[in-house]
Amino acid sequence: MTQYVAPRPGSSGARRLVGGPRPSDRIFRGLSYGSAALIMVILAGVAVFLIIKAAPAIAASWSTGDLASGTTAGYANFWAYSGPLIWGTLWMSFIGLLIGAPVAVGIALFISHYAPRSLAGILGYLVDLLAAVPSIIFGLWGIAVIRPYLLPFSHFLTEYLGWFPPFGGQVSTTGSTVLAGAVVLGVMVLPIITSITREIFLQTPRLHEEAALALGATKWETVRLAVFPYARSGMVSAILLGLGRALGETMAIALIISPSIVFSVALLTENQNSQTIAANIAVNFPESNDLPRAGLIGTGLMLFVISFAVNFAARWIVGRTGGSAKERRSRKIAPPSDAASILTLDVAASPLEALEPRGSSAHPEGQEPSIPELRD
Amino acid sequence: MSKRIEVNDLNVYYDKFLAVEGVSIEIEPRSVTAFIGPSGCGKSTFLRTLNRMHEVIPGAHVTGHVFIDGDDLYAPGVDPVLVRREVGMVFQRANPFPTMSVRDNVLAGVKLNNVRLPKRDADDLVEKSLVNANLWNEVKDRLGAPGSSLSGGQQQRLCIARAIAVQPDVLLMDEPCSALDPISTLAIEDLIHELKSEYTIVIVTHNMQQATRVSDKTAFFNIAGTGKPGHLIEFDDTTTIFSNPKVKATEDYVSGRFG
Repeated sequence: MTQYVAPRPGSSGARRLVGGPRPSDRIFRGLSYGSAALIMVILAGVAVFLIIKAAPAIAASWSTGDLASGTTAGYANFWAYSGPLIWGTLWMSFIGLLIGAPVAVGIALFISHYAPRSLAGILGYLVDLLAAVPSIIFGLWGIAVIRPYLLPFSHFLTEYLGWFPPFGGQVSTTGSTVLAGAVVLGVMVLPIITSITREIFLQTPRLHEEAALALGATKWETVRLAVFPYARSGMVSAILLGLGRALGETMAIALIISPSIVFSVALLTENQNSQTIAANIAVNFPESNDLPRAGLIGTGLMLFVISFAVNFAARWIVGRTGGSAKERRSRKIAPPSDAASILTLDVAASPLEALEPRGSSAHPEGQEPSIPELRD
Repeated sequence: MSKRIEVNDLNVYYDKFLAVEGVSIEIEPRSVTAFIGPSGCGKSTFLRTLNRMHEVIPGAHVTGHVFIDGDDLYAPGVDPVLVRREVGMVFQRANPFPTMSVRDNVLAGVKLNNVRLPKRDADDLVEKSLVNANLWNEVKDRLGAPGSSLSGGQQQRLCIARAIAVQPDVLLMDEPCSALDPISTLAIEDLIHELKSEYTIVIVTHNMQQATRVSDKTAFFNIAGTGKPGHLIEFDDTTTIFSNPKVKATEDYVSGRFG
């Protein structure tokens, strides 16, 4: 498909300037398009599988047949079964985040702003290493170490703060409580929250930090004045990503807590621990019949939806970074009214504007208003 | 409120590297002093040692003494945080806190001292600082708008308002107009003239016309070559520096013939 181009007079040889795409180019483009398409096919496939497999249990009667016996006995319908599990999943993750997120942000701040450079590097590496520990190991650690370790603390909480519902009730003798599970979850969400917030803290504009320092701010005041406002949305989305990790955590929870499918806020008791979806599936799936399995898959579908929602929320918040969207909106509402700002905006407009009237065919981009803030 | 600055034989190091060598200078209260000189000659570095902002860079340290009305900034036990509350600074690029309103920006430094200002006093302070920064008329109707919604020149004046709201003794300005258009530059220069009656002002500038317009005294810094330390070459009345300098290098620089 190449054409011969006549050599210019005086040039030594013929040069080809016209050609089609190279084969290698085509192959790699095909591969990357294919990979991109595959991810959507997989996601859609998982969603379709969950819906089809869960549908019988959602539609079936839960008062007769397979669903009326075994682990699914006593629930009026699918929603009565999955409701407490959804609650348990959210509750456990929430407590885990409550424990893990402040520590994670603290570590990130230490690494980015307090630690000497050599220590910061080592610490960052260690935190990333924490992400590589398999969750079953965390589960075993939780059983062997965290459970007994938390018992005296649990007794203390119940004795002095028992009026607060989460600390009420009869304290567990084994320590297989929501609190123990949440502590382990808190450790497991540390790496992702720490590494994201650390990156954002490091990106804080030096100008803003110097502005605070020059006003006589201490280190902590500088963090509060310059770093946190800049990193706020990033911190929220990091915590939501941590939440995504916590929601799906299975083995550690399944090993540690002795659960029941109830709506309960109790953190320290023996049999009032709200079960999570993932742990419930792991524990009950092997010994279930078809319909109860469909019920479990249905709860899996719920988890899928929740995780999706959390991730979307995280992305949406990241998309609005640093309140810039808000700022843009407020500028639209109140365009500058004083002479000085209007002058600056005028200066900002391209000087070419005077030569080329807007919308001329030679400069189609001239149709764009050149002051973005004043668009619409 | 305005104080005398006295510097004795100050050397500034970045780790082992000597960046500025042997500067001694006396700056009178209620005056404007301009630092001029080619890029990299250490004038900004030296400016930052006057409120210990150079310490933000790891490894930066000084030998020698800086006295503000007799108090040595580098005496043992001196807290750089307290130094910076006495010696305010305005930067090359306007840096209002972007998420804070105009009002909160002005009050940012005052609130650091954990003072709970009654709303009336806070309002008065905001108005006074903005009036002194020649910004009040332009922003009085939108004190709640974010600081970043102002124009560049307004942002820089907001930063000046923020710096003078804490009532420092000295105001340092590191090329405050280099990112501004000529109209905003004039506004800042007028402002410097007015602030002179209350503050000791030190300004770094690359613009020699600006130095002649705003300053009473001018210090010329120069550097012998890359990797060599910067020196204070000549310090005198601005008119003398620009019309009849004693040192050849100064004359070459101010007349645009430096090499």
